[in-house]
Amino acid sequence: MSELLDIIGALLLLAGSIFLFLGSLGLLRMPDVFNRIQAGTKATTLGTLLVLIGTAFIHPDWGFKLLLIGVFLLFTNPLSSQVLANAAHRSHVTKSKLTTLDQLAEDREENS
Amino acid sequence: MNAILLVITILLGIAMIIAALMAIHRERSLPIAILSAGLVSLLASVQFLVLAAPDVAMTEAAIGSGLTTFLFFFVLGKVRRRKHD
Amino acid sequence: MAEILIVVAALFSAAAFVMALLRFIKGPSPADRVVAFDVLTIVAISAIIFTALAANRGIYLDVALVYALLSFLGVIVIARFLEKGF
Repeated sequence: MSELLDIIGALLLLAGSIFLFLGSLGLLRMPDVFNRIQAGTKATTLGTLLVLIGTAFIHPDWGFKLLLIGVFLLFTNPLSSQVLANAAHRSHVTKSKLTTLDQLAEDREENS
Repeated sequence: MNAILLVITILLGIAMIIAALMAIHRERSLPIAILSAGLVSLLASVQFLVLAAPDVAMTEAAIGSGLTTFLFFFVLGKVRRRKHD
Repeated sequence: MAEILIVVAALFSAAAFVMALLRFIKGPSPADRVVAFDVLTIVAISAIIFTALAANRGIYLDVALVYALLSFLGVIVIARFLEKGF
């Protein structure tokens, strides 16, 4: 039974670190700040949560600390990425040619 | 196990040197230097943890990587604003 | 079986660390570097968890807790600085 739980936890750890790898690959390959924020924050949040769940399968007695780390991560990570994207949009970062849709700028023009 | 630990420690040290070089290498801007200092601190904290000193790693994480970066950016914003006035 | 899988997972997250460091070195604008710093902090949390698994000590998770709390504050201060312009 314990062997089975170990293997399930290791598989979840592997899946989480593959998500971390893909998020960093997107951070390296994407052409634009906003695309990099999207790739770098969403994928790595999911990857870290999967790593936390896998560790909870391997060591069930660390469950409370892992749950606390996961809750803080879920609170703070989307908030910081949203604040960062807003700041980058306000400071007029150069967009790539592939980024064509900018509804926030259109809304600001309509309101002003 | 010991050889793997040595290799990880040396790789983290090389990464710390690269991050410290970033502070002085190109374009000489203060915010990039502060970010590089935070990165050096983060790598040092992982290094302390690999070398089995969790209390030192926690202090480094809270003060070196958190409070110092926070304080430097706060002061830099204040100084810039006063210069623009 | 489980140990080999954990070692492969640690290698994947080490590759993620190296690629985020490359983006930190290349990054043309300061916003790119801040994004790379955020990703490096998140990858460092999972690296700390892998270290705790390797050393089999639960006290190491406290450092990851400190990082999960503090990365948010740092990024918010940096973003407020970015809005006023570098």
